[in-house]
Amino acid sequence: MKLRDTLTVYRKELRDALRDRRTLVSMFLVPAVIMPAIFFLFGTATYQVVKSAQAQPPVVAVLGGMDSPAVKAALEVQPGLVVVPAPDDWRERIAGKRLRAVVEIPAGFEASLTEHAPAEVRIYHYEGEFKSGYAVGELRRFFTELRERTLARRLEERGLPAGFARPFDIRTENVAPPEKVGGNSFGGFIPYLLILLSFTGVIYPAIDLMAGEKERGTLETLLSSPASRLDIVLGKFLLVLTVSLTTVACSLLSMTVSLVVGGIAMIGSGRMAEQLSGAAKAGSALPSLDPLGLVGVVVLVLPLAVLFAAVALTISLFARTQKEAQTYLAPLVAVVILPAIAGVLPGVELDSTLALVPVLNVTLACKELVSGVWPWGQLALIFGSTCVYAGAALAWCVRMFGRESVLFRS
Amino acid sequence: MIRTVPMIEARHLTKVFRDKKRGEVRAVDDVSFTCEPGRIYGLLGANGAGKTTTLRMLATLIAPSGGEAVVAGFGVATHPAEVRARVGFLAASTALYGRLTARETIAYFGQLHGLDDARIAARTAQLAEELGMGDFLDRRVDTFSTGMKQKTSIARTLVQDPDVLILDEPTLGLDVMAARGIVRFVRECRARGKTVIYSTHIMSEVEKLCDRVGIIHGGRLLAEGTLDELRERHGERDLEEIFVKVAGGEGVV
Repeated sequence: MKLRDTLTVYRKELRDALRDRRTLVSMFLVPAVIMPAIFFLFGTATYQVVKSAQAQPPVVAVLGGMDSPAVKAALEVQPGLVVVPAPDDWRERIAGKRLRAVVEIPAGFEASLTEHAPAEVRIYHYEGEFKSGYAVGELRRFFTELRERTLARRLEERGLPAGFARPFDIRTENVAPPEKVGGNSFGGFIPYLLILLSFTGVIYPAIDLMAGEKERGTLETLLSSPASRLDIVLGKFLLVLTVSLTTVACSLLSMTVSLVVGGIAMIGSGRMAEQLSGAAKAGSALPSLDPLGLVGVVVLVLPLAVLFAAVALTISLFARTQKEAQTYLAPLVAVVILPAIAGVLPGVELDSTLALVPVLNVTLACKELVSGVWPWGQLALIFGSTCVYAGAALAWCVRMFGRESVLFRS
Repeated sequence: MIRTVPMIEARHLTKVFRDKKRGEVRAVDDVSFTCEPGRIYGLLGANGAGKTTTLRMLATLIAPSGGEAVVAGFGVATHPAEVRARVGFLAASTALYGRLTARETIAYFGQLHGLDDARIAARTAQLAEELGMGDFLDRRVDTFSTGMKQKTSIARTLVQDPDVLILDEPTLGLDVMAARGIVRFVRECRARGKTVIYSTHIMSEVEKLCDRVGIIHGGRLLAEGTLDELRERHGERDLEEIFVKVAGGEGVV
C-alpha cells in the first residue's frame, strides 16, 4: 500500500465529486432542507394542536349529580370545557372521539361533603388521546379545587390553621432531561435521522465510483495505471466516507441553525402550551436534546458510516451498470429503516444481545444517549461490534476489488 | 538497448474463464509471440477471438491462467506494478473522466505514475504541443469532441513516456479523422523506438501499420509472421483472404 497513491485517488475523486451536482445535492441540500423542514413541521404541529384545544374546548358529559345541583352548575360554567348531558352510549362516544371525557358524580355527593362521608368522583377517558387528556386535566383541576375549598371550610369551622391538614409539602423536581419525562419520541428521531442520512449519503457516490466507472469505462483506464488496486479502492472508499460524514455534519449544522433560528418561536409556543393545558404537558414534547449525547451519537455513527460506505461500494462493484447498482442498493434502505421501527416497538430495550445487531444497536443506543443516559458497557459493545463489522466489510470490499471476475464482469 | 531483445514476450499464454452457462471457456489458448522495440505487432482477429483478453493479460489487468508473459523485463504475474509503470495502455473501452479537464486528466495519471509536479507540467506542455491540445487543455472532458477525447487519451497514455504501448482496438468507434490521428500517433511511437502491440479487426490498419502480424481465432494464435511471409505462405495477396483461410474458411468466420 502506498499512501501517496491512495491520497492521489482520493483527491481526484473529491474534486470530481465536488463538480457533480448530484453529489452536492445529497451532501448539502438534503440536510439543509430536511432538518429545518422537520423542525418547522413539528413545531407548527405542536402549536396547532395546543391552539385548537384552546379554541375548541373539549366536550365532556356529566353522569349523575341530580342531587348535587351546585357542583353541576359550577362545572357547566367552567371555562375550557363544554358540558353536555350524558347520552346512553357515552362509552362508545368517548371511543369515537365525539366525547372527550365523562365525569361521574356519585349520588348524594354534595350531602357527603357536608356530612364528612367518603365519596368518589370518577372520570372516564380515552387513554393516550391528546384532547381526552386535556379534558381530564380540566376536570381534575375543577374537582381538586373543590376538594381544597371543602377542606379549608372544614378547618375553619373547627378553628384549625390552614396547615393542619398539610403538615408538610412534597415537592418533586425533575432532574432527568425533559424529553425523557414527556416520553418524547422526537428526541430519538433526530439521531436516527443522522443514521439514515449517513446511509443515503453513501448511495450516490458508491454507485458513481464503482458501477458508474465500470459503465463509463474509466475503471479500466484507472486499473492500467501503476497504482495498486488496494490504493485505488481505499481512495474511493475514503471519498464515499467523506460524503457520508459531510452529510451528517451538514445535518447537525442545519439542525443547530434550525434550533437557534426557530428557537424563539418554538419556546414561545412551548410556553403557551404549558399555560394552556395544565395536564397535557405539551411543552415537554418540544425537541430538547442532550448536546453531549449528540456527540456520543456522532461517535457511534462513525463506524456505522464506514460499514455503510464499504457495503455500498462492494455492492456497487458487483453491478455492471449504475442502474443495476441502484436496483441492488435501493432495498438496503429498508435495512436501515427496519431497525428504527424495531427500536420504537414496546419492549425493545437495549441489551447485550441487541447490542450486537448492526444498525439496530446504534439506533437503540442513540435513544439513550440523547436522553443523557450513558450505558457504558453496552456502548463499548456497540462501538466495538460496529467497528468489527465495518472492518470486515472494508476487508471484503478490498478483496472483491482485487477479483478480476468482479471487476471485469460482463 | 539491443534491438533483438524482445520487449514483450508471451509464452504459452492461456486464460480460462468459468462461465455459468458455457462452463469452462478458453478465451486465450497457448498463445506465444514476441515484440521487439521499434516494431509494431498487429494482433488480428474477429470479435471474441481473444484479442482483448490477451492484451489485458499483457497490461496486467487480468492474470493469466497458464503460461507467462514478460513485458519490459518484468513478469506480468510476478511484478504487475513494474509492468504497468512501463506500459501505456489504450483501448476503445478506456474512457476519460468527464468532470476533469484535459490538464487534470494528464496530471492525475502522471501522479499515479509517481511523477513530480515539475515533470508533469513539462510533460503536459510537451504532449499538448505535439498533439495540438493547446486550446482545449483547460476545458472539461465532457465538452470534448471525439477527436479531442482521443488526443487526451493519447496524452494520458504517454504521460510517463512508456517503453511499451498496448493498444486494444484504439480506433473502434472513431470517425475517419480521429482514426487517422491514432494511426499517425502509432507510427510516431514506432519511430521513437517504442514497442507497440496493436489489436484490430480492420485489415487495412494492419497493412498500413504492422511489422508483424498474429492472426488469432478462437483463442489460438493460428498464424504469425511479417505481412510478406504470410502472403508467401498462404499464396494470397489480400490480407482478408489470408485471414479467412487461416481462420478455417467462410463458414467458421
